[in-house]
Amino acid sequence: MKHDKKKVEIKGASDMPDMPASLGSMASNKTASWRNLRPEIDESKCIKCFICWKFCPDAAIAFIDENTPPKINYDYCKGCGICAAECPKKCIEMVEE
Amino acid sequence: MVRGETMSKLTIPQEEIMSSGHLGCQGCGATIAMRYMLKVFGRKTMLTFPACCWSVIDGPWPYSAVSVPLFHTAFETAAIAASGIRSGLDALGKKDINVIAWAGDGGTFDIGIQAISGAAERNDNILYIVYDNEAYMNTGIQRSSATPWGAWTTTTPVNNPKSRPKKDFVEIIAAHRVPYTATASIAYPEDFIKKLEKAKNTEGFKLIHVFAPCPTGWKMPPDLTVKIARLAVQTRIFPVYEVENGVSYKLNFNPKKFVPVDEYLKLQGRFRHLKEKDYRFIQENVEYEWKFLNRKVETFK
Amino acid sequence: MEKVVLGNHAVSYGVLVSRVQTISAYPITPQTLIVERLSEMVADGELDAIFTKVESEHSALASAIGSSSVGARAFTATSSQGLALMHEMIHWASGARLPIVLANVNRAMAPGWNIWTDQNDSLSCRDTGWMQIYCQNNQEVLDSIIMGYKVSEQVLLPTMVCLDAFVLSHTAENVDIPEVKLVDKYLPPYKLEIKMDIDDPHSFGALSSPENYMEFRYKMQEAMDKAEDIIIKEGKEFEKIFGRKYGMVEEYRTEGAEIILVATATIASTAKASIDSLRAKGINIGLLRLRVFRPFPVKDVVRVLLNKKKAIVIDRNISYGKSGIFFDEIKGAFYNIEGDKPKIFGYIAGLGGRDVTPEAISDMVDDAMRKDKPEKDIIWSGVKL
Repeated sequence: MKHDKKKVEIKGASDMPDMPASLGSMASNKTASWRNLRPEIDESKCIKCFICWKFCPDAAIAFIDENTPPKINYDYCKGCGICAAECPKKCIEMVEE
Repeated sequence: MVRGETMSKLTIPQEEIMSSGHLGCQGCGATIAMRYMLKVFGRKTMLTFPACCWSVIDGPWPYSAVSVPLFHTAFETAAIAASGIRSGLDALGKKDINVIAWAGDGGTFDIGIQAISGAAERNDNILYIVYDNEAYMNTGIQRSSATPWGAWTTTTPVNNPKSRPKKDFVEIIAAHRVPYTATASIAYPEDFIKKLEKAKNTEGFKLIHVFAPCPTGWKMPPDLTVKIARLAVQTRIFPVYEVENGVSYKLNFNPKKFVPVDEYLKLQGRFRHLKEKDYRFIQENVEYEWKFLNRKVETFK
Repeated sequence: MEKVVLGNHAVSYGVLVSRVQTISAYPITPQTLIVERLSEMVADGELDAIFTKVESEHSALASAIGSSSVGARAFTATSSQGLALMHEMIHWASGARLPIVLANVNRAMAPGWNIWTDQNDSLSCRDTGWMQIYCQNNQEVLDSIIMGYKVSEQVLLPTMVCLDAFVLSHTAENVDIPEVKLVDKYLPPYKLEIKMDIDDPHSFGALSSPENYMEFRYKMQEAMDKAEDIIIKEGKEFEKIFGRKYGMVEEYRTEGAEIILVATATIASTAKASIDSLRAKGINIGLLRLRVFRPFPVKDVVRVLLNKKKAIVIDRNISYGKSGIFFDEIKGAFYNIEGDKPKIFGYIAGLGGRDVTPEAISDMVDDAMRKDKPEKDIIWSGVKL
């Protein structure tokens, strides 16, 4: 169960465990539709401090390597804006979807 | 990349064990706390959740967001279910698995206090983490004994806001003379992570009280979560400190200049009804509590 | 090994020979001797288990639930108010499908405070998905702990083994305590297929919507259905190894009987003496003892009582506003049955530990014999008006 994006198909009791034991990951639940505002990183200004990555409540900002600006995963980003608020260079802009 | 290894520019572990796609509200402080906790504890960890925001955030059956074994349990039983798991694992010779009770403030300060006290008194080898959003958020923002003085909730309306101070929970736990208890804030991940690591390496009962703002319940924009958590520490409304063996206190944040409380209060809708005199009252209380805390720090220096 | 032991200590020995791995309990009269003896066994190294002395019964069961969820064989014991306090976790244990065994010393509910026996404590757990066994002697108490684990671990439902306060709990009887090695032949180590496991992580008990909650409950009922067959099968297996026979019910001198007395627990053992003296007087009477209450032994009840003239049910319990609880269940068992149904008389007796003597039982039989049919659902035995 490592962040599997597959939805679990359940037809009835015969596919179910005896107790409610999970069978899949919430990674299958794309939360992009929750978003009204979309964070956009101005990579030219980014100093690669990764503070945005650090504070993301949705683990929706990917760390690639320390020389590459972090990448926002728009499948999951809910648009809370913490990344933009915490960015020391103010290089993340929240734009309307 | 090895688990737990920290890149030079990363001040916290890289691996994500909590998955995206969870049901936490926009800007949820409790999910930031979970993300950090799992980064430190890794996959050799078992969790218990009582009824709390996280029993919803983790997702409905058949899904889960935490990627480690998790047992949902009744509201007042996070601590004892964790203790039960601990004794089961010990009986099976699996002593190297971390067992963590993960609960909200209602399940901790109120309905869960009896079982926590039992586990603390027995010094059960578990870590209890309370993520504090200062009310019953999951049921719709009702006051708990963690709700601060003056706050609006759906059961403390603006014409009759909370009239009693927040319960000092860490003090209650410290009074059990447990090996380790601490407060932490999601705005200071490095400090929180250091405390999690300390708890991980300490045998016996540990409790970490982590401050986790709730934009939904505190009536504030979701991008302010980290800022508000930081202000809570800077104003000393929520001091971050550690207590070893119930008597040895250590302050983890002691700046030269303090931020006045109104800077914290004015950003949140739940305090909008407060007047200038209320700010003064809260400020006086903060000064008094700070003095009290510092005396404890001095005692065993 | 034959030994004279109290009913409570028969529980402790049952736990010992079942190789229980975790115990969690809180003291309540008259359960205390169970856990005192167990704490000695653990302290002496006689029993290799972890004993958590919790701060409440609610936590006692919550702890057992935690231990059981990782695959440890868990035990707890309580009584009356303690069982009532556990009630939330009683549902949790069965809903989480954990094969915990709990010994309940049947004690009346307060107020007024009463430490003596009746069954309203455990019967209030009727609809929780626990199997329930009512024991008539100390040997059965010990044996039922062992069989409880054997059955529970197959159907994944917990078992409550009930013994009467004082009448069994504090009464010494000769009990055969089987060797652990012999019990090992009957009861293999506890293995849980899906459990709390870091190598195969699952969450347990997440929000279950109206889309699937009902299916989980359907599965619990399926397990209860299966439990009846397994109790019977394991009873036979038990007899092969230990020489003692247990089923869903016990019949005593029912051959050729026209009237059947129906009783549970120690009232049933007293009733056997009454049956002997009534038979000596030429009355064609026998006894049906209900041993297992959940799953309810519908088949046995109907088989034994159909074509009999009268059934006399003695209940040491009451469902206020209705009747005795066993009486009600037995009556219900017959509703859709074709054939010559007995007249069913329901007596409430012995609440709060009042003695149910052979004379009282004879009076109930006399009363039922005098009447063509019961006039009401509750006939009080020995109540002072």
